[in-house]
Amino acid sequence: MDFLVILADAGRGALGPVAAIYALAAIGLNIHFGYTGLLNFGQVAFMLVGAYGVAVTVAVFGGPLWLGVIVGLVAAVVLAFLLGIPTLRLRADYLAIATIAAGEVLRLVFNSGVARPVTGGVFGLQQFAGAFYAVNPIPSGNYGFGRLTFSQRDLWVMLVGWGAVALATLGVFLLVRSPWGRVLRAVRDDEDAARSLGKNVYGYKMQSLVLGGILGALGGMLLAVDAQAVAPNTFNPVVTFYLYALLILGGAGTVLGPVLGSVLFWFLLLFIDSALRQAIGAGYIPDEVISPADVGAVRFALVGLGLMLLLIFRPAGILGDVEEMRLEAGAGATPRRRRRGRKARPAAGKRTDERVGG
Amino acid sequence: MTPDPTLADITAEPGVPKPDPLLVLDGVRRDFGGVRAVDVDHLEVQRGVITGLIGPNGAGKTTLFNLLTGFDRGGTGRWTFDGRDVAGMPAHRLARRGMVRTFQLTRVLSRLTVLENMKLAAVGQRGERLLPALLRPVWGAQEADIERRADDLLDRFLLAAKRDDYAGYLSGGQRRLLEMARALMVDPTLVMLDEPMAGVNPALRQDLLGRITDLRDSGRTVLFVEHDMDVVMSISDWVVCMAQGRVIAEGPPARVAGNPAVIDAYLGSQHGADDEQGSEETTS
Ligand SMILES: Nc1ncnc2c1ncn2[C@@H]1O[C@H](COP(=O)(O)OP(=O)(O)OP(=O)(O)O)[C@@H](O)[C@H]1O
Ligand SMILES: [Mg+2]
Repeated sequence: MDFLVILADAGRGALGPVAAIYALAAIGLNIHFGYTGLLNFGQVAFMLVGAYGVAVTVAVFGGPLWLGVIVGLVAAVVLAFLLGIPTLRLRADYLAIATIAAGEVLRLVFNSGVARPVTGGVFGLQQFAGAFYAVNPIPSGNYGFGRLTFSQRDLWVMLVGWGAVALATLGVFLLVRSPWGRVLRAVRDDEDAARSLGKNVYGYKMQSLVLGGILGALGGMLLAVDAQAVAPNTFNPVVTFYLYALLILGGAGTVLGPVLGSVLFWFLLLFIDSALRQAIGAGYIPDEVISPADVGAVRFALVGLGLMLLLIFRPAGILGDVEEMRLEAGAGATPRRRRRGRKARPAAGKRTDERVGG
Repeated sequence: MTPDPTLADITAEPGVPKPDPLLVLDGVRRDFGGVRAVDVDHLEVQRGVITGLIGPNGAGKTTLFNLLTGFDRGGTGRWTFDGRDVAGMPAHRLARRGMVRTFQLTRVLSRLTVLENMKLAAVGQRGERLLPALLRPVWGAQEADIERRADDLLDRFLLAAKRDDYAGYLSGGQRRLLEMARALMVDPTLVMLDEPMAGVNPALRQDLLGRITDLRDSGRTVLFVEHDMDVVMSISDWVVCMAQGRVIAEGPPARVAGNPAVIDAYLGSQHGADDEQGSEETTS
């Protein structure tokens, strides 16, 4: 069992293209869920339209790559409007239902035989990102140290991916400190209060949905370019839940939460994966307990366990503010019994008028 | 406290026209299932004065507020604000036009600080649009102005010490103060307060009363709902009494207090009114 190999595998996961892709999509989800309180359970749908925007434009219609990027972005905006217009005036749960359904519907439609001439059906589309790799400025070779190395191809995707993550993070940093971000957080806390102060709540939710959706689409594009292939079944609903998991791990509603979350998530996942494989290979774990074929599933179970522990000890995520989280709608009004007395709060107890209504 | 001279010669009867109405209601109704919660044939609210809205529990006062301010879009009828038909207008646009309300059950933004609650309420902020928001120089100066105004108001509403705390940690009475101060950040023409004194201690009450009369003296119009008759009688220039959705009396405070219909309405439900405080406290 070689610990260096395990670390190298984990490091590759933490820094590699996939972590950047998930970070990008999670930054979008953070705008939705973390800052605006929108329950988007279909971020993967935005990734799908982004990925297919590029793939279809280039592979099927022979267009240039930049046009594919524009098509993907436009598709994300259209999807955001389609999802938002009917649901954003209603209670939060309606958006949740619409998004989770939209993700599945898109996946199934893109999978179907009818759509095959355009989407390639279940086989998807391949080899559409040649133009991206053609402009790779990095000389060929392997880069890194020790066992942790990346090819020039990976490095190019990582450069663009992490560059996009950095830009998006900077954008979010500037936005949440602006009056615009303040309105978003107000909407998250209490829509009616925001409305009573003259804020167009519906408009802000729509902006949030579009902006986060665009970041999801960018993540999807990068995913397609990285693999040089798209297939509908890559865009399973579970992707959205990984995004939620890593967002909550890092800290929802914090600027760096989604980035840290993604890096840690992929580090842990590949660390456990590699460690299990090594342990099985070295005979530490007998085949009857976990066979190599089970590793894929077991690693997720272990990551899930880790997440549960984290949420018990750091409920607001690594970067999140627990104080702030406890104030979340209603929590300030009805402190749970075990919290009582631990923290003296002004006029705790006979608080009656914070409930919604009126 | 001198009664407003412009209202001196007006007959005290429901629906009476006023010399300079800011808000005019015509046939405003709201049904919940079979119950007609609001049923106002005609009502005018005079500009620049304090109008108290009273009535027993369930009279429809809050429902009327919700209708007028665009929070409840299920009503019928017409009402004009400052001469314009505003029935059916969304709540946020009404607020921007200067009709701002507070809530009977306070609604502070608990995960924003007290100062952020205040700053949020300023209208016409350049930094509230997506692209300018990215460029601090575009909105920085305006933000500083807004912050000064917010600090001023926080001072006057005795919340300066809480400035940087999460609003969710404020006590019930402090929340009332914050809500009222926040409403003023919008720079409203009409301030609609739904039970601003509920849960506020007597000393602070006096202070709040002063704040409300300040509003009138600075040219704003105040319409407020209150159960405490001493409060209503001491600061209102005009009092409107609702019962079972209808306006049953209006007039100068003293006249309304002595009106048999009003006494009747209150006596009929006196018990409910006394119970209210106690029952509300046990529900949370
Ligand atoms: N959403 C609703 N659905 C059904 N009935 C409602 C609804 N809102 C209010 N009502 C009913 O309408 C009537 C008027 O309620 P409203 O809250 O306006 O009374 P109020 O005059 O503000 O009373 P209070 O002084 O106790 O606050 C009550 O009978 C209430 O039960
Ligand atoms: Mg009421």
